[in-house]
Amino acid sequence: MSNSFTRRKLITMGLPVAVGASGVGAAAYLASRYGLIPPDHNGILGIGETLTYATQRLLTSKHSQAREFKRSDISKIAPVNGPHPTDENYRKLLANGFKNWRIAIEGLVRRPASLSLEDLQRLPSESHIILHACEEGWSYIAEWTGVRLASVLDLIEIRPEARYVVFEPFPNPSQTTGVVRLLGSSIDMADALHPQTLLAYGMNGEALPADHGAPVRLRLGRHLGYKNTKYLSRIILTDKISFRGRGTWYGGI
Amino acid sequence: MSVAGVASSLDRTGTRPRHSAIVRITHWIAVLGVLGLLVSGIGILISHPRLYWGETGYVGGDSLIDVPIPFVIGPSVWNRPIHFFFAWILTLAGLAYVAGGFITRHFRNDLMPGKTDLRWTSIRGLILDHLRWRSADTTAAGTYNVVQRLTYLAAVFVLFPAIFWTGLAMSFGVTSVFPVLAVALGGHQSARTLHFAFVVLLLLFVAVHILMIWLGGFVNNLRAMITGTLSPGRNAR
Repeated sequence: MSNSFTRRKLITMGLPVAVGASGVGAAAYLASRYGLIPPDHNGILGIGETLTYATQRLLTSKHSQAREFKRSDISKIAPVNGPHPTDENYRKLLANGFKNWRIAIEGLVRRPASLSLEDLQRLPSESHIILHACEEGWSYIAEWTGVRLASVLDLIEIRPEARYVVFEPFPNPSQTTGVVRLLGSSIDMADALHPQTLLAYGMNGEALPADHGAPVRLRLGRHLGYKNTKYLSRIILTDKISFRGRGTWYGGI
Repeated sequence: MSVAGVASSLDRTGTRPRHSAIVRITHWIAVLGVLGLLVSGIGILISHPRLYWGETGYVGGDSLIDVPIPFVIGPSVWNRPIHFFFAWILTLAGLAYVAGGFITRHFRNDLMPGKTDLRWTSIRGLILDHLRWRSADTTAAGTYNVVQRLTYLAAVFVLFPAIFWTGLAMSFGVTSVFPVLAVALGGHQSARTLHFAFVVLLLLFVAVHILMIWLGGFVNNLRAMITGTLSPGRNAR
């Protein structure tokens, strides 16, 4: 056996092992230090979820923004997935034009609040014309108007230990079948404080339609459709969440 | 393959295995990755089997291709995490292969065509031979011919990167940092359509790859990619 063969074997076998081992070590160090572990890190598929989430969090900054479009790009049709809430309380609010609607914001905050639609509309409003894409594959462009979630979180003063924001829609108790359900969601603080993250009450220049989550829905610039919870009733700040949902928790890919 | 062919290939290559360890290991990991991506990718596609061009696309709007199958939405939520899991496996295996390929001079020695090989007459001769079902047994030479070299290089350095790019271009997180990845392709839906088109090309490559292995001696070729040698007892060092 010649020396060159031994050396070749050493390089071809040893290098990937060394790269792999040091890669895992470096990743573990970074993950524990910068909070790069997503709530759905468990199980085999959690390996991929963690790699994706960690990579995206290292790659994206709080300043990197989703692409914005022109008014003339706004799609003629804005398809809708998912039913309206069948909750009795929601139907009364809808019939009354949401005059009595209030959203509770609580959890790890110093000043829990219950805000009306008017309260939200009195805060500085802004609009973003962005792409809405469903995980199924379709997409449309629309303009969303609302208040930055960051402005609301300023008001209620989040505690430093808060790591996630959980969004709860009105319930849909009558729904027992069907794969398209009313979805709650949760995001990390990087997305919660992102400049394109809105509590949206307007769409394409009008009040948010019932189909699209009236009176107020979450709008995220850098996530797929299913993360943008409609028909909001409650917002909770927390330091940990147990992800029991299906699919990927992080919706930026 | 004839015994003489094996003997001559071993004579020429000396103690060198037919495929190095890095090639063999990453090849089979890549096979696993592509299979997982293919199954979950089909699962994602059938939840909305229409393809569009530009940024937007939805039922009720203009489409480019209507894949003639029904919309099957149910399992799609599981297909995405499965897709990204295997995407990581394929990406890491691909990076290890490319790094190893440069370090072990696999690309320079095994895949880069020689200058004379790139002449049109020699390429045309090869193609004509193939069309006449001659010289399918390229393993006898112990090296790849110029058409094989160019095809493998295209798969490694064009097809797989194109699938990777078009996949990333659909990620809002990625395009918030590198918007050009989507803009250069014509938009979000264009990226999705091109992702599909490049995968079709990859499947074409895989089909021809398997056909050629079959024609060139399936068992020997398979053994070479698993153990590194062409036939047992001939692995003389």
